[in-house]
Amino acid sequence: MTTPLVQMKNISIAFGGVHAVEDVSLDLYPGEVVGLLGHNGAGKSTLIKILSGAYKADAGEIWINGKKVDIQSPRDARANSIETIYQTLALADNLDAASNLFLGRELTTPFGFVDDSRQEAETRKIMARLNPNFKKLKEPVSALSGGQRQSVAIARAVYFKARILIMDEPTAALGVHETKMVADLITELKKQGLGIFLISHDTREMMELCDRVSVMKNGQIVGTERVEDVTEDDILSMIILGKNPKAAA
Amino acid sequence: MTDTNQTPAKGQDFESSLDKSDKKVAEFEHRRKGLVDGLQHLLHLNPTLVPVMVLVVSVLIFSLPMVTGGKFMTMFNLSLIMQQVSIIGVLAAAQSLIILTAGIDLSVGALMIFSAVVMGLLGVNLGVPSFIALIAGFVVAIGGGLMNGLLVTRIKLPPFIVTLGTWYIFLSVLRLLTGSQSIRSQDIDAEAPILKIFGSFISIGSARITFGVILMIVVFAVLWYFLNKTAWGRHVYAIGDDKEAAELAGIKTDRTLLTVYMASGAVVGIAAWASIGRVGSISPNAFAEANLQSITAVVIGGISLFGGRGSILGPLFGALIVGVFESGLRLAGLDVQWQVFAIGWLIILAVAIDQWIRKVSA
Repeated sequence: MTTPLVQMKNISIAFGGVHAVEDVSLDLYPGEVVGLLGHNGAGKSTLIKILSGAYKADAGEIWINGKKVDIQSPRDARANSIETIYQTLALADNLDAASNLFLGRELTTPFGFVDDSRQEAETRKIMARLNPNFKKLKEPVSALSGGQRQSVAIARAVYFKARILIMDEPTAALGVHETKMVADLITELKKQGLGIFLISHDTREMMELCDRVSVMKNGQIVGTERVEDVTEDDILSMIILGKNPKAAA
Repeated sequence: MTDTNQTPAKGQDFESSLDKSDKKVAEFEHRRKGLVDGLQHLLHLNPTLVPVMVLVVSVLIFSLPMVTGGKFMTMFNLSLIMQQVSIIGVLAAAQSLIILTAGIDLSVGALMIFSAVVMGLLGVNLGVPSFIALIAGFVVAIGGGLMNGLLVTRIKLPPFIVTLGTWYIFLSVLRLLTGSQSIRSQDIDAEAPILKIFGSFISIGSARITFGVILMIVVFAVLWYFLNKTAWGRHVYAIGDDKEAAELAGIKTDRTLLTVYMASGAVVGIAAWASIGRVGSISPNAFAEANLQSITAVVIGGISLFGGRGSILGPLFGALIVGVFESGLRLAGLDVQWQVFAIGWLIILAVAIDQWIRKVSA
């Protein structure tokens, strides 16, 4: 049996008195897409932000490739080949696409200055692959459409050869065509052996893209099932009722 | 037969004419919208365009013989304006660094006097070697910036409150140190003439270029280079834009902020040294309005008070605009209060334009 890429073991975090995530365990294998579903405030984003280093868990362990790791910051997560596409995209609006793509990891000349021409060339290259229509390389990203901004955020995650990818509502702001593009990208990355955590509200999309889905409610996992073992209705009732019909049966 | 033939023909006619008129309306709408959008977009990409235009237009107007009788556009007067804005210009550069991170620094003016006073007390009153006095002055300036930075990043206080507090603190300490006494120009000349080095000038024709003016331009050039060509500069803009996003992008935001406050302090130290040369003496009560004037130059220079947008060169133009108005209106024989009046409107206009540019979208 292969080693899981990610194992989150008994993770808990509380904000004030509220247990946002309580004793949650989750794993992810290479070439697998695991979906996280649940209502707003169920704890999906919080859980994923612990893995990406934005929050620090109160309790629990994270294992990457069978080794326990300590993720204190987004930098630690990146050092462990974890890249995240945040729901808010986390872009610097007044910087252009290339500056955003390399933000915090700028390509520099031997003198320590930012190598703008190389950054731009690299951005052009990856954008040609992700979104061939993307032409506005010199514009601040605030002047881009929702889909274009999304592709900058995706490019940032994909460019640095992540092995674990976290996508928080990657298609929420996108049109039909762009959504299809993201779906194709997920399939391609999966083939390359990446592990992907996907958060979405679109149950049907999740059934198509994911290998397994985990449903959360009130900070806890209701159940984790392989998509071929459940119907969309099963998932919906897990989300709404907070009970796993299969486990009950 | 004829009927069926006619119907499609009619339909075709109808469709083609509809198509034509539709297109025209669409084009007109698009063009009108396109012009305003284009301007908004252009300003979004080049936030320094507005201050440059204001500067050019005001220089042209004041150059007209019927306005200032030809006294404005002389080498002597233009170089005098440069001298007059040099201290506020350097201070505005320090202020810009903080404002780019979406902060504001109310203490820069007080810190500048504090630093100058320390240079003078040590170098002149206590007879310490001049370079040690200068180093001490810079330690005070950088230390003051560090203090602001630590309070902002470690204790998470808003920069406005922190620097309002340190403004009082710096002012009181420097007055306690000096007993509110000035250090006289002759004493500086006798004991530590190097403190006044930036008052020296080279004459080119009737123009007097002081070292202080050259220093101001060098400060802006160096800061421009660091802000635009280094990763640090990129991070400064990103933090001002959205600190949380910058943190998620892996930037050590608090550490970067701390370096910004210290760099700003160092620039304040430069302003302090230059101010001794400009004024001649060191007075604890000089430059009382320097804080607000530095913010004015930054705002008129097109740097957004909301952080993350604007060129560091903007405040240089902002400071020059203030200087040009002051000189021009005086030469035109108008009350100086009209300059104050005009600057007030310019600030409001600049922020209004900034708000408008912020709404730019695809």
